[in-house]
Amino acid sequence: MDKQRTVKELDEVVIRFSGDSGDGMQLVGTLFADASSLFGNGVNTFPDYPAEIRAPQGTIGGVSGFQVHLGNKKVNTPGDYCDALVAMNPAALKATLKWVKKGGIIIMDTDEFTEKNYQKAGYKTCDAVEELNLHDYNLVPANITSLTKESLKDSGLDNKSIVRCKNMFALGMVYYIFDRPLEFTNKYYEEKFKKKPEIVEANKKVLRDGYNYAENAQAIASTYRINPATELPKGRYRSINGNTATAWGLILAAEKANLPLFCGSYPITPATDILVELAKRKDLGVKTLQAEDEIAGICTSIGAAFAGNFAVTTTSGPGLSLKSEAMGLAVMTELPLVVVDVQRGGPSTGLPTKTEQSDLMQALYGRNGEAPMVVIAASSPSNCFHYAFWAGKIALEHMVPVILLTDGFIANGTEPWRIPNTADYPEIKAPIVPAGTTDYMPYARDEKRLARRWAHPGTKGVEHRLGGLEKDFLKGSVSHDPINHQKMVDIRAEKVARVADFIPEQEVFGANNADLLVVGWGGTHGHLLTAVTEMQQQGKSVALCHFNYINPLPKNTREILSRYKKIVVCELNEGQFANYLRMNFPEFNYQQMNKVQGLPFTASELIDKFNQILEGK
Amino acid sequence: MAEEYTTYTAQCFKSDQEVRWCPGCGDHAILASVTKALPEVSKLLKYNSERYVFVSGIGCSSRFPYYVDTYGFHGIHGRGGAIATGVKVANPTLSVWQISGDGDSLAIGGNHFIHAVRRNIDMNLILFNNQIYGLTKGQYSPTSPLGKITKTSPFGTVEHPFNPGELVIGAQGKFFARSIDVDLNLTTELLVEAAKHDGYSVVEVLQNCVIFNDKAHAYITDRENRADRTIVLKHGEKMLFGKDRNKGLVLEGRKLKAVTVGQDGYTLDDVLTHDATTADPGIHMMLVAMEGPEMPVALGVIRNVAAATYDDGVRDQVAEVMKTAKIHNVQELLNSGETWEV
Repeated sequence: MDKQRTVKELDEVVIRFSGDSGDGMQLVGTLFADASSLFGNGVNTFPDYPAEIRAPQGTIGGVSGFQVHLGNKKVNTPGDYCDALVAMNPAALKATLKWVKKGGIIIMDTDEFTEKNYQKAGYKTCDAVEELNLHDYNLVPANITSLTKESLKDSGLDNKSIVRCKNMFALGMVYYIFDRPLEFTNKYYEEKFKKKPEIVEANKKVLRDGYNYAENAQAIASTYRINPATELPKGRYRSINGNTATAWGLILAAEKANLPLFCGSYPITPATDILVELAKRKDLGVKTLQAEDEIAGICTSIGAAFAGNFAVTTTSGPGLSLKSEAMGLAVMTELPLVVVDVQRGGPSTGLPTKTEQSDLMQALYGRNGEAPMVVIAASSPSNCFHYAFWAGKIALEHMVPVILLTDGFIANGTEPWRIPNTADYPEIKAPIVPAGTTDYMPYARDEKRLARRWAHPGTKGVEHRLGGLEKDFLKGSVSHDPINHQKMVDIRAEKVARVADFIPEQEVFGANNADLLVVGWGGTHGHLLTAVTEMQQQGKSVALCHFNYINPLPKNTREILSRYKKIVVCELNEGQFANYLRMNFPEFNYQQMNKVQGLPFTASELIDKFNQILEGK
Repeated sequence: MAEEYTTYTAQCFKSDQEVRWCPGCGDHAILASVTKALPEVSKLLKYNSERYVFVSGIGCSSRFPYYVDTYGFHGIHGRGGAIATGVKVANPTLSVWQISGDGDSLAIGGNHFIHAVRRNIDMNLILFNNQIYGLTKGQYSPTSPLGKITKTSPFGTVEHPFNPGELVIGAQGKFFARSIDVDLNLTTELLVEAAKHDGYSVVEVLQNCVIFNDKAHAYITDRENRADRTIVLKHGEKMLFGKDRNKGLVLEGRKLKAVTVGQDGYTLDDVLTHDATTADPGIHMMLVAMEGPEMPVALGVIRNVAAATYDDGVRDQVAEVMKTAKIHNVQELLNSGETWEV
């Protein structure tokens, strides 16, 4: 080992693993992130993968990436640009280079930099260094594929299985460079391949050999240490992604309501993993029904809600479109229901694996007739848990369908999460009608929430009929009376509006009289917070107002907006929330920062924009 | 504590809602059959009235839940099967009855229909087949015969109709029965059989739309010809029909044939005995497909095969997993897997 090699301490570092969609980049990225979480770092991840399961090998279109940001304190984004890139082939290098900082480390599997692969990736020459001008980077070329073969030649595995382990060799190298312990990953192998000890040993060996190889590689000038985050609140932590957190938050709502959880759903990227997680949770009595289509997903859930379960359905944009008519039915029947929409790039099939916030208007208005729904948006992987719980609480206590918006970025992104104490979450008291009730009027309401009471089939004496036809104001029987219809439309709207009495007031991060108020909602919070924090540290007068409750908006929204001379609304669409604010509060002037590239914001582009606005450009 | 069971009459199941079908509509007869069947089902299966849930989609027939004094849900077009499925899985102790028409179940709701059949969820579907769209005033449906002239097919349809029985058996259905609206007793009897069957029971009722498709089924429902043009199948009994009960079905080669016993050398021994419970769909498929004038239209319980149900499967699997579960609440779930202390 080179004793002269220096160890540099860093506050934070961003690493990106990039390769073919079959190269296992998502796995090594996840392992690296998990190892770093367990080590105690602040961590935030960004899986960026193509829609095809196995896109044509070696092409730009098939590049799958996983970016990990770790720090010695909480990190709120996966980082704009990376300090280190693992490029498993020429396509991965070409596609990702723009995201690598000048001077950054680039580990390349030279075995894959063949004439054929250069061609597939659209290079003009067979020299990446010259063609991409890589002189300003710290290049770490390594013949990873052949080193992996050498490492496992006595493993007894077939050649295909051996080559499949090359991602672990690369991971071992990264572990060395960033001074990560191997134990967490070794433990993962032991659990994952419990019944295949030869696979466990092979993976451990390759990881260790990659680590040792890096230790001896001349090209590596120094290694880096990112100390555990010490200022994090004390407690027990785990790693969590948004989809798992959403599933668990829904289960908590069922537990707190003392009702069975039912999820009717149809697989759709990037929402599927919520259904996958719920399907595992039969140990907690969760019932999942993989329906024949999106419409059946929500309709089985409406049926389950009528029958007295806490019913949810999960989907993404195209599925939300298909559920529109049934959401109207849930509005009309005033049944509790949570519809989770994990937003992705649209319109139509759009960009299934990429993130966007362009379903906002659909969530707010995408139904026939006057059919307002409560809309809530989670804003980080871990707070999907919190908002899924609150979506359930509002649905069950107010007897309304609720849309919970997340997006592909927070759904698949992971971060360390201080495990909450579920005892800190409030009870959920749904207005269930007890047996023996004699005066049941299906549409009579409580005064505060305007919630009607919920009589479950099987309960004696409160038999009733619900449906999509307009309801009589009290009895709930079919009514075509004009005045009654007006009353019902008004009261359904009022009922949603009254939810504002039961949600927290909106908070602002920063001064009450800052020169610029940055407004955001949902999954962009990490990037907006990072940008605003950095500017505040530079002495800029910027504040952040980030919304989770979209409909109704918190009651103090107008008052907040009135305090600031300049407002910029930032979102990953063409201005849907900005227009929503214009409609609700037309007296203010809103500037916009919009992006629809299937990618999250970068903190740096936000800072540039905010500086321009501050300077009056 | 043992539950107490009430004895009901048909009157107990009639709601206070004004029935708003056209005078002369076949739906009235089907409603009467249902309110007659429910007291019997209640007695047989020890169900109290609060246990019944009627779920429908959209169409004339789908107004049905308003007219039965139990729990009811009037859904959206085609989706009754999906809504009913959710009701049953959420609470498997409920007796779920789905009401639908040929448009609701076989056109817009076709997907939910075949999947409810395939899953064999324990519900009963009454499929009102009038071969027309009534509520939208007279357009052809997926069961309208080829060439049928309607408002949207002024020169006759150019599409082939579905036979609901073939669809049910094709989708691995376990129970299929067929009745005609005018035969209240038969319909009542079949509904009771459907309720007794554990699984998705489809009862097709050939129903007359007096306004937009009057006499569509008249060829078989006319009193004077009914006995000769239909055969009421009964499990374990010879497949005999006709005014004089001297006609029967025999198998010749791979085809069914209607013969007269005592003619052309056919004896009673040649006549097939109906086995509704055989899993083999072969004969059942031929029976549901029979049409006049060569063959009688099959009525009665044509197929009634025991098989595992979806709702039992869901319930049993959850119970099985919970028995050996290591995680018992959300707190334990949050603490499971890799965690670390800060």
